[in-house]
Amino acid sequence: MKTTALTQKHIALGAKMVEFAGYDMPVLYSGINDEHHAVRKSAGIFDVSHMGEFILKGPNALALIQQVTTNDASKLVPGKIQYSCFPNNDGGIVDDLLVYCIDDKTYMLVVNASNIQKDWDWIMKFNSHDVEMHNISDQTSLLAVQGPDATKILQPLTSMNLNDMVYYTFQKGVFAGCENVLVSNTGYTGAGGFEIYFENKYADTIWDAIMKEGMKFGLKPAGLGARDTLRLEMGFCLYGNDIDDTTSPIEAGLGWITKFSKEFNNSSALKLQKEQGVVRKLVGFKMMEKGIPRKGYQICDESGNEIGIVTSGTMSPTLNEAIGMGYVKSELSSEGTQIFIKVRDKLLKSSIIKVPFVKK
Amino acid sequence: MNFPSELKYTKEHEWVRLDGDTATIGITDFAQGELGDIVYIDVDTVGDVIDKDEVFGTVEAVKTVSDLFMPVTGEISELNEALNNQPELVNSDPYGDGWLIKVKISDPSQFEGLLSVDEYQSLVGA
Repeated sequence: MKTTALTQKHIALGAKMVEFAGYDMPVLYSGINDEHHAVRKSAGIFDVSHMGEFILKGPNALALIQQVTTNDASKLVPGKIQYSCFPNNDGGIVDDLLVYCIDDKTYMLVVNASNIQKDWDWIMKFNSHDVEMHNISDQTSLLAVQGPDATKILQPLTSMNLNDMVYYTFQKGVFAGCENVLVSNTGYTGAGGFEIYFENKYADTIWDAIMKEGMKFGLKPAGLGARDTLRLEMGFCLYGNDIDDTTSPIEAGLGWITKFSKEFNNSSALKLQKEQGVVRKLVGFKMMEKGIPRKGYQICDESGNEIGIVTSGTMSPTLNEAIGMGYVKSELSSEGTQIFIKVRDKLLKSSIIKVPFVKK
Repeated sequence: MNFPSELKYTKEHEWVRLDGDTATIGITDFAQGELGDIVYIDVDTVGDVIDKDEVFGTVEAVKTVSDLFMPVTGEISELNEALNNQPELVNSDPYGDGWLIKVKISDPSQFEGLLSVDEYQSLVGA
């Protein structure tokens, strides 16, 4: 099993460790609900160093990114970030990712840990114009500091102006005395905050500095468990659950990052899908009866006929209500539609609602 | 971890306290720790007679769902109603206010066949 540069810190803090995407990762420290509330109310720190980072470099880097991703990367300027996905040629998604524009010939792609090799091979297939590619995942650590107090905790550690850093932008500079640290105003929680990329050798220094600054604000280390409940409250897709090789970006509600102003892999088929409409759609729903939806549970109509499938579900710690996401037939996907979730042998009433489940 | 010596245990991580012919059943401190934050106890078998080792309900934690098995055959006479609003009692007080059900047992010899505290502790490596 792979480790991150901070694995020993997590173990020393008493984290419960699990294997995730081939890495030994903390799933929780004090408890999912406790960590979840800390992120919504003050701040939490997540080690997400398992995520993958690729550097694409050269005069043809942009053209390659345009070919393999759905969003329009030509809109990026240095210091800006874009959410995007790699479509496959069968209507599905290879992975979702962030595209960082370092300069007009250099980009960083941030991908899911479980897909690092798959993504690398996929991009390589289309790299016919000698774009220089570097997989820096194993040398790179990534911390997410998320929550309303994140700026107050991190600002004393750097001269980069975090207060004025706009959402989905980044800067590079010195952080906690460490050089070449990239800080971006991004995250996967909807609570605000930053993601911090740096070389593994700085991991202990940066972790300790943030934990020390965070103490007076109640910063808590948070694991993958809270990361999942936080992202689900915002209706953010998780690759492997809500999107995968068989779900199209249009079905998944990712039309907003699918730009037909350019051509890309499978763009003509996806364009047709957008114009003609999709057969199923990813929706959010809230349980109206007691019970918790889980990935793989059937979504049914009143008579018990299957009309879809749950892709994510949990008890929302913020709302104290059971929520979920799943694919349903398009004609049954409008807000307010009553659906039923088959929990074990029972059909439990549920209602389709708009995401995010938790409003900012 | 806490394992009261007056209780009997199962390999499914439940505890049983016998009082006359009524058994009170819950999950162990080890089990609640493994499950993490418990958010819902789903038991709709009150009034039913359920055999030993059959499922009588489920416990839902934030991340996982786990079946609850009858340690002994009997009729489920009561569900701990306090858990409807405070399922977290199972985490905070698994042997006390976090009990799950009461059962009228059919065969007292089944109780004697359950694990002793020592046997259960060695099972979970405590």
